[in-house]
Amino acid sequence: MVFFLQNLINALQWGSFYALIALGYSMVYSILMLFNFAHGDIFMVGAYIGFGVATGLVALTSMGAFALPNWLILVLTILISMFLTSFVGMIVERVGYRPLRDAPRASAAITGLMIGIILETGNLALLGARRLSFPALLKTHTYDLGGVFVTNKKIMIVLVSLALMGALHQFVRRSKWGMAMRAMAFDYVVVPLMGVSINTIAAMTFAIGSAMAAAAGILFGVAYPVLDPYMGILFGWKAFVAAILGGRGSVLGATLAGFLLGFIEIFVAMIFPSTLRDLIAYSIILLILTFRPHGFFGEPYSARLRL
Amino acid sequence: MRPFMNIIRKWFSQVPTMSLLFGALVAVLLERGLGDPLAEILGLPKVPVLFGFVTMLKKPMLIPSTILYVFLVFVGPISVVAGLSASIANRLLDKLLNFPMLFSVIIHLGLLYAILHLWSEASAYRLLMLKLTLIAIMVTLSLNVINGYMGEFSCSHPGFMALGAYATSVMTVFLFAKDRLFGPPILPPVLGPFMFPFALFVGGMVAALGAVFIAIPSFRTRGDYLAIISLAFMFIVKSLIENLEVVGGPRGLSSQPDYANLPTVFLWTVACVWIINNFVRSILGKALNAVRDDETAADAMTVDTRRTKIVAFMFAAFWAGVAGGLFAHVLRYVNPGTFGIQKLAEVLAMVYFGGLNSVYGSIVGAVSISVLGEALRPLEIYKWIIIPLLLILVMIFRPTGLIAFKAFNVRGLISPKHKPLGDI
Repeated sequence: MVFFLQNLINALQWGSFYALIALGYSMVYSILMLFNFAHGDIFMVGAYIGFGVATGLVALTSMGAFALPNWLILVLTILISMFLTSFVGMIVERVGYRPLRDAPRASAAITGLMIGIILETGNLALLGARRLSFPALLKTHTYDLGGVFVTNKKIMIVLVSLALMGALHQFVRRSKWGMAMRAMAFDYVVVPLMGVSINTIAAMTFAIGSAMAAAAGILFGVAYPVLDPYMGILFGWKAFVAAILGGRGSVLGATLAGFLLGFIEIFVAMIFPSTLRDLIAYSIILLILTFRPHGFFGEPYSARLRL
Repeated sequence: MRPFMNIIRKWFSQVPTMSLLFGALVAVLLERGLGDPLAEILGLPKVPVLFGFVTMLKKPMLIPSTILYVFLVFVGPISVVAGLSASIANRLLDKLLNFPMLFSVIIHLGLLYAILHLWSEASAYRLLMLKLTLIAIMVTLSLNVINGYMGEFSCSHPGFMALGAYATSVMTVFLFAKDRLFGPPILPPVLGPFMFPFALFVGGMVAALGAVFIAIPSFRTRGDYLAIISLAFMFIVKSLIENLEVVGGPRGLSSQPDYANLPTVFLWTVACVWIINNFVRSILGKALNAVRDDETAADAMTVDTRRTKIVAFMFAAFWAGVAGGLFAHVLRYVNPGTFGIQKLAEVLAMVYFGGLNSVYGSIVGAVSISVLGEALRPLEIYKWIIIPLLLILVMIFRPTGLIAFKAFNVRGLISPKHKPLGDI
């Protein structure tokens, strides 16, 4: 039981990374019916921007420009990087997706893949092939809860990501912009006729998705303080799997499937040798999709489907 | 500029493919005979390996002499010989019209092979690049059957290649080579080259069997879900091979015998292009297009969509498997890491750059991305910024690729080109 709870906490931590990234895929899908294949690399860019901001703030503090406690630096890092990364998302939308809105869907998938490669390579060219280590902003405290060891980082990661998801949910449900997004997801032909610009909404969706990915990148940097330019590939594709598994376009589904994917991976690695992790995890996903081809919350063939 | 273009157009207006091949043959012979002294006269360190791209990017000072070299050896002879031999070639082709078309095709392919053989003999690098390009053509064509003709977005091709590569390699290494994993050869190695086509066939069949796992879910779902199923399949294959210690696990499998020489690769590529071209023009190929455009309507028009899908997937996977087998024997080493996301992005780039639903497009896409990849090698990492940018531009201005939806007209390609009637 203790063993199970221990892994449950690890799984929650991994799941929150996946869920935060999968949200971006799912939101973009619900508006444009396209998957943003550069999203994994936006996660990577977010982590690097977070690295830059955090290092800068730490350096300024140590030079005595202002005295900030570490937790405030972390909060500021998350907020500033989310803001900056949202512009990356908007640029990706403007360059790679807006010109292709009426093109076959596969073409947009290709531009997304290629923008991803450009982001990776651009990063490699700018910063070189060395791995960077994220500044340690939190001292690790380990709490012993009846044999289950919990670190403060893990609690922080899970809480922050849940808070972000909650905020996003409130934004989509309550605000006027969120209403516009939901309307656009419902019908992107008629809603623009009502005076809601699809370009604005699409750019905003990309921005929000990228901000979420940036938050995931920084949280990842806090937990595993090594950054490399290709870290987005693995996470991006796995979160893409989660987004599909949850049902395309379903934000709730993406969140749940992200956590589910985390659970599957951690528990497979717990029971079997860890080299078998991908094999078994993907086999389970293949099985789920064979019996439930539309994911958990996805609609079956819809009339809106552009193929 | 325009009168100049007109002169060029007029010069080439009656040149059939055959005289272009004659010209290229003369050019490669010329390079073989005069390449070294000419390079020395022009001050080049050695004969430019890849039409001078690499030399020009590495040493900008040598750009004029490299261009001169390429012009003197390739562009000049090809255009002069092609223009001069046009009338003879046209007369020859007229005679050939009396024979079956196959005869003429074989002559053209023979010429093409001679050119490639002579060109690639100059260096081991050229030979390797040529083989890999030919294999890339096979992979691209087979992916185009699914992504272009059937309109699915399949991501499983690296997985099929891996299956083919490993099945073929295990057969040849087990039977004909001395290896630390499998021990001494079982059959005399003399038999090897004769059994190699059989081994490739088995590799293709294994890949085709793997395709059943994707074809069956594809009955119920399309588009994004199929993309994810095929992606999961690719990861499963990769992970499975990594965990199979029998074939070397993540370290890979080496010591494949050297069976994949240029004639073998060339013949398999020709067979692949020929068979796929016939397949997509057959009734089944038309059924693929029908399934792509509207599955329900195709079903109503008595197209057996399930059979069509399963046949198309298995057929495409077969050729991907054969290509994987050849790939393993060209490099004589194979490891599961090769067949990952990177490979997938490369193959998808080739298909969508060249053009969907078109054999021409696949050939153009595979050749241009391979050549571009090698030619821009001196730029090192910036290569991976330029090629994606190019692809994004192609997608924005021609969303279905450069040469999409164009039939591969063999008869038109090999027929004589006569003077238009009123222009004597």
